[in-house]
Amino acid sequence: MKYLSILIAAVFAHNIALRYFLGWCPLVSQSKKLSSAWGMGVAVTLVMTITSAINWPVYHYLLVPYGLEYLQYIAFIIVIASTVQVLEMVIERFFPSLYTTMGVFLPLITVNCAILGVSLFMILRDYTLFTGIIYALGSGIGWSVAIISLASIREKLRFADVPKPLQGPGITMLIAGIMAFAFLGFSGMVGIQ
Amino acid sequence: MGYLSPIIVLDLVAGSLAIVLVVANKLFAEYEDVTVDVNDGEEEFVVEGGTTLLQAFTQNEIYIPSACGGQGSCGFCTAKVKEGGGPVLPTEEPMLTREELVNDVRLSCQVKVREDMEVEIEEKYLEVEKYDAEVISTEDVTPSIKEILFDLKEPETIDFKAGQYVQVQVPADGDTVDRAYSIASEESVHDKVMLTVQLIEGGLGSTYLHELEEGEKVEFTGPFGDFYVQDTDAKIIGVAGGVGLAPLRSIVFSLLEKGIDREIWLFYGTRTREDLYYHDDLQELADEYENFKYVPALDSSQPEWDGEVGLITEVMDDYLEEGWDMEGYLCGPPPMMEATIDLLTDYGVDEDDILFDDFS
Repeated sequence: MKYLSILIAAVFAHNIALRYFLGWCPLVSQSKKLSSAWGMGVAVTLVMTITSAINWPVYHYLLVPYGLEYLQYIAFIIVIASTVQVLEMVIERFFPSLYTTMGVFLPLITVNCAILGVSLFMILRDYTLFTGIIYALGSGIGWSVAIISLASIREKLRFADVPKPLQGPGITMLIAGIMAFAFLGFSGMVGIQ
Repeated sequence: MGYLSPIIVLDLVAGSLAIVLVVANKLFAEYEDVTVDVNDGEEEFVVEGGTTLLQAFTQNEIYIPSACGGQGSCGFCTAKVKEGGGPVLPTEEPMLTREELVNDVRLSCQVKVREDMEVEIEEKYLEVEKYDAEVISTEDVTPSIKEILFDLKEPETIDFKAGQYVQVQVPADGDTVDRAYSIASEESVHDKVMLTVQLIEGGLGSTYLHELEEGEKVEFTGPFGDFYVQDTDAKIIGVAGGVGLAPLRSIVFSLLEKGIDREIWLFYGTRTREDLYYHDDLQELADEYENFKYVPALDSSQPEWDGEVGLITEVMDDYLEEGWDMEGYLCGPPPMMEATIDLLTDYGVDEDDILFDDFS
């Protein structure tokens, strides 16, 4: 039950994109097409889950015993960077079309603050390894929900008469803002601890 | 120990990740050998997977044009991919027309060879060869333009149409990049190739060619290009700006040598008198052949210059007449070419009958 509530909390009430405003660069730039939004969502979810599963033992078994907690940023970033590299090779090899739709954004996940944010939250909230993985998975799904709904709205918006200065990123930020308001309605539903 | 522990721990993390990366690279990024079939079995070769199609072509001595050196910015290296090659990449889309996209035409510098492929390229590219050449002589024909004459070593002869170009392989950081230069020599010369090269500040190709000395070896591929004279009866209107004279020199000399009786005009514009190269040769030809009219023009008046002065289009306007049956052959800086195309269309020349060699 506890795991389920953390998962749901991470997807809705504590949505990493719409509650914490992390990972907005790809959220805005990759939400033009529903297909690339799906690809990006899957990639972010994968990287989030894998990196927090690696970062947890790195933190608790390597950094904590030697009192090196202050190195967590560097250590986490190295882990994230290499995970993305490996994932990039795997996707290029087995899913070339996904690889090309994601293009430069796949390597850009390396510097996506949502990924690092999830690992840091996991440490901050003293999760166990399994809870951490559940939380990361939930956050990834939550981020995907955000980008996929945003992309669906933007596809509908293609024929709308958007005022010129707002076209492109402008209206996207507004939509995402309204979505964030909507997600505020989930708060209090389930706790994250 | 206290000082060392952060270093050791970080090294441990980074080191083990490096090992993971090496293993992953071995597992996923190395491809097996694949077979590429060109023009329904006319050529077939095996390459190691993972390279681009353009590299695969070059490795197997098939040379298709690529002016930008595989960066995906010139759009010349197109090939029809019938089998394999995956979906069209976002980097190719802007370079391909709708018709090309429908017909499976791809940019070969972007397509990666990962599986067995069937491709189709224009027949003439299978005839393109790679030449080993040696510099016979170099001469400064203007303060910034050098005439370089190459002797062909392997193969020993070249067949080309006046106006076509070759791609010189310019060494760069242990690799080579291709740079296109028009052939300035005549069609009838088969064992030598002459290029005229303008030195461009910081330009990779021009710096390399300008520093060449007698006896040095150079490699190039060719001939390429559709910039050659069509077989009609129309008057040939050649327009050259600066170093753009090179292909037109070849066209004028080759056609006159063949004894063609079409009227040939050459409008040639430069900034100053020193920049006019082959001026005396062209003047001589104009005196000798009645059907060849040579009109050089300088941007501004200069002492000891009694020829035309002004923009090349203004000068042309004085000579051309309405109702002439004309074909345009233009080579020069883009603004000059655009203005000339406008002028010629005003004179009723069909846009399809205006060919231009874009050297920008």
